[in-house]
Amino acid sequence: MSDMTANETLAPPAPGYWATAGRKLVRDRAAMISLAVLVVIALLCAAAPWYARHVSHTNPFQSNLSGTVVRHGRTMEVLGAADNPLHLGIEPIGPSWRLGPYMLGADQQGRDVAARMLYGGRNSLLISFASAAVCLVLAALTGILAGFFGGWVDRGISFLLDALWAFPVFLLAISLSVVLIAHGIDFGLFRLDASSLSLPITIIGVIYVPYVARPVRGLVIGLRQSEYVMAAIGIGAPAWRILWYDILPNVISALVVFAPLIVALDLLTEAALSFLSIGVQPPAASWGTIIHDGESLIYTRPVVAIAPGLAIVITVLALNILGDGLRDALDPRAKLRN
Amino acid sequence: MRWIAALLVAVALCGTAQAATGDDRYGGTLRLITTAGSGSFDPQINYTERYWEIFQAMYDGLVTFAKTGGKQSLTIVPDLATEVPKPTDGGLTYVFHLRRGIKFSNGQDLTVQAVVHSFRRLFKVNNPNAGTWYDVIVGGRTCNAHPEHCTLPGVVADAASNTITIHLRHPDSEFLDQLAVPFGAILPADTPDHDMGTTPVPGTGAYMVKSFNPSGGIVMVRNPYFHQWSRLAQPRGYPDQIDYSFGLSPEAQVTAVENDQYDWMFEDVPADRLNEIATKFTRQVHIHPVNWFYYAPMNVNIPPFNNKDARLAVEYAVNRESMVKLFGGNALAKPDCQILPPEMPGYQAYCPYTKDPGAKWSAPDWTLAHEYMKKSGMIGQHVTVITEVQAPFRQIGIYLQDVLNRLGFVANVKPISSNIEFNYIQNTNNKVQISITDWDQDYPAASDFLDVLFSCHSFRKGSDNSINISGFCDPAIDDEMAKAETLSLLHPKAANAIWAHVDHQITRRAVVVSLFSVAKLDFTSSSLKNFTFSGEYMFLPQLAVVK
Repeated sequence: MSDMTANETLAPPAPGYWATAGRKLVRDRAAMISLAVLVVIALLCAAAPWYARHVSHTNPFQSNLSGTVVRHGRTMEVLGAADNPLHLGIEPIGPSWRLGPYMLGADQQGRDVAARMLYGGRNSLLISFASAAVCLVLAALTGILAGFFGGWVDRGISFLLDALWAFPVFLLAISLSVVLIAHGIDFGLFRLDASSLSLPITIIGVIYVPYVARPVRGLVIGLRQSEYVMAAIGIGAPAWRILWYDILPNVISALVVFAPLIVALDLLTEAALSFLSIGVQPPAASWGTIIHDGESLIYTRPVVAIAPGLAIVITVLALNILGDGLRDALDPRAKLRN
Repeated sequence: MRWIAALLVAVALCGTAQAATGDDRYGGTLRLITTAGSGSFDPQINYTERYWEIFQAMYDGLVTFAKTGGKQSLTIVPDLATEVPKPTDGGLTYVFHLRRGIKFSNGQDLTVQAVVHSFRRLFKVNNPNAGTWYDVIVGGRTCNAHPEHCTLPGVVADAASNTITIHLRHPDSEFLDQLAVPFGAILPADTPDHDMGTTPVPGTGAYMVKSFNPSGGIVMVRNPYFHQWSRLAQPRGYPDQIDYSFGLSPEAQVTAVENDQYDWMFEDVPADRLNEIATKFTRQVHIHPVNWFYYAPMNVNIPPFNNKDARLAVEYAVNRESMVKLFGGNALAKPDCQILPPEMPGYQAYCPYTKDPGAKWSAPDWTLAHEYMKKSGMIGQHVTVITEVQAPFRQIGIYLQDVLNRLGFVANVKPISSNIEFNYIQNTNNKVQISITDWDQDYPAASDFLDVLFSCHSFRKGSDNSINISGFCDPAIDDEMAKAETLSLLHPKAANAIWAHVDHQITRRAVVVSLFSVAKLDFTSSSLKNFTFSGEYMFLPQLAVVK
């Protein structure tokens, strides 16, 4: 006979770690707004080919120095002679601020800035997310191995991470880019073309590994001493099983907290490298290359540099706020190194 | 005591009288600005316009280009020599009579020994053109091979008659031009035989360096030992002091000159500021024609441009008018198809790579371009365009990449630092296929473009100093150029006809895409008066009036 009466019901199971975190995150209004902003930016960038074909009616990768455009019923040169007594200077057409061709004006090659902004956003986001993924995977791998196995494995990995960390991050990124951008990477089976986006993804992904791997290693050293891991070792569980089932799930939450911050850092790094002409290569665009294009137009067509700059600011801000929200949701006690 | 007082009064009166009747344009400080220094300040080593513009006011050669404006600025006048000598011995011997009573800025007398030492030093310090210009002097080749033991028997001094005799291996119509540039500066006889780097060497010019800071700038003051012996060769100069500051970007330079914080900027005015200065500061803008062209050398020794049809395809496809837009418009640049710029002796307008071939470029011919491309069999070939990271080179590179892609190549563009690009594209080890660069004259002679840029001896495999960037070499054309050089001494018209023929021949071989020739724009402050532009040295700062 059961002890329970007919009216008694089972208490609902306590929500899991991820569900609790999810609920906390959803309640964080700032984080949700940031997420929405990021989704909107991503969707806009995804629509770049549609925009170029159906709205701007231009090829944003092709120079259009002698092209014309109809505006207010008048045919105008995309790059027209400036109106001054000495006939000096050529000015790209300015923004129309209306949905259509040259909404944000043209750059010095006569290309539609708005269309390039969207294509540039695709590349910037792709590089920053992909390089963050590279970084997190490498950091998780090295941090977990170093923290779990200790001894010479730890010493070896820590030495490599320290060596990498010893370089100023931008100096390292610039040095690697300058060296590799001319000929790409060719290690037999592993080949990266100089104009491939994989090159900046790899470079940016690698340079931030120590920034994540170090905290992960510390976390794993703590987990290694926990009772359930000691018990698993005691009953002879194989190392891969302990790593997969006991260590990795505890590390993932830390990696999730790191992810938006690393994406933001990678976005800024990509923009800096592309601004210096050692990131995304022309005629491809990224927000950094468009700022570079706009640098020489800063006095006449400032929107060319300001628009991608704003896009970077908004995206990085959203990523940072989302990162804060994730940290609060997943581990309010976490202290992350900036 | 009384006579001292009388003397002082006399001096004071004299000074007052001079001030009353003298030229009030003298005095003041001229403020020049540039982005950075340009390496060694040794006049026998530095090969940059940035320093040549001030070297000409500090140093003198035996002869020089007239320090004045207009066409006269391209004529050679006697400087430390009393007259420009006529070559004798069939063009093999030059005798210079040295002026007396001239002192260096350190107080030393100018002597024939200093002249001999200066010629030897050209070889001992590895002057950039010791092997191409000055080795024509008897003994020059030996000096190039063994600079440390250079005696240069071809330069003979006679202290008694105060003459210098220079013997050449063969007649050279440009020898005097080569003596007239700052490399030909005569330095004190005890000047060390090594690169003086940032230590200024005393000169005989109107100005001397008071202080030199490689990262801050140069302060030049009047040379206390200078007296004007020839207004055309070395004018006394109006400003008492010339400050040449380093450290502002071109954009910031424009703003500083607009605000009268500086009087002149070295760098070209950025394209986005042209309209502004032409609108608001019209009277401070000075535009002058110069012998300067922008071009894209195609490497004729490696694919795809070892194929002439591929080169012709590019020639016909490039829209020169578009390139002009990237430089700032028709007021500053003109589309070009040939090597020699319009102001150069031997220039005869010629453009085969246009819709209506003739004297001028009119429009690209894409039909012919595609035909040549198809014929070349190079469709799908990978091409990398090397260019400088700075405007307008980067923009030109991106445009050229676009043209190459439209032709059917798979093109990349690699913008690299302006500091290294020029040497990088010269070195064959870098396997550069096509690049963007520019060239301006050392002195007004067709050979300075044709011989220097396209002769076999200008091409050196694996060297950073292989100025024949295309790697083009045709001994027959070299022979023709040698003939022109020999003729130009006595028969300049006949020589110019040959130069024109060589120019057209090289153009037809399509080894470079000639893009446009340019004019020089200088932007000065409202307080600067008497801006003088020399066809050789460009801006002459000593003739500017700032008082």
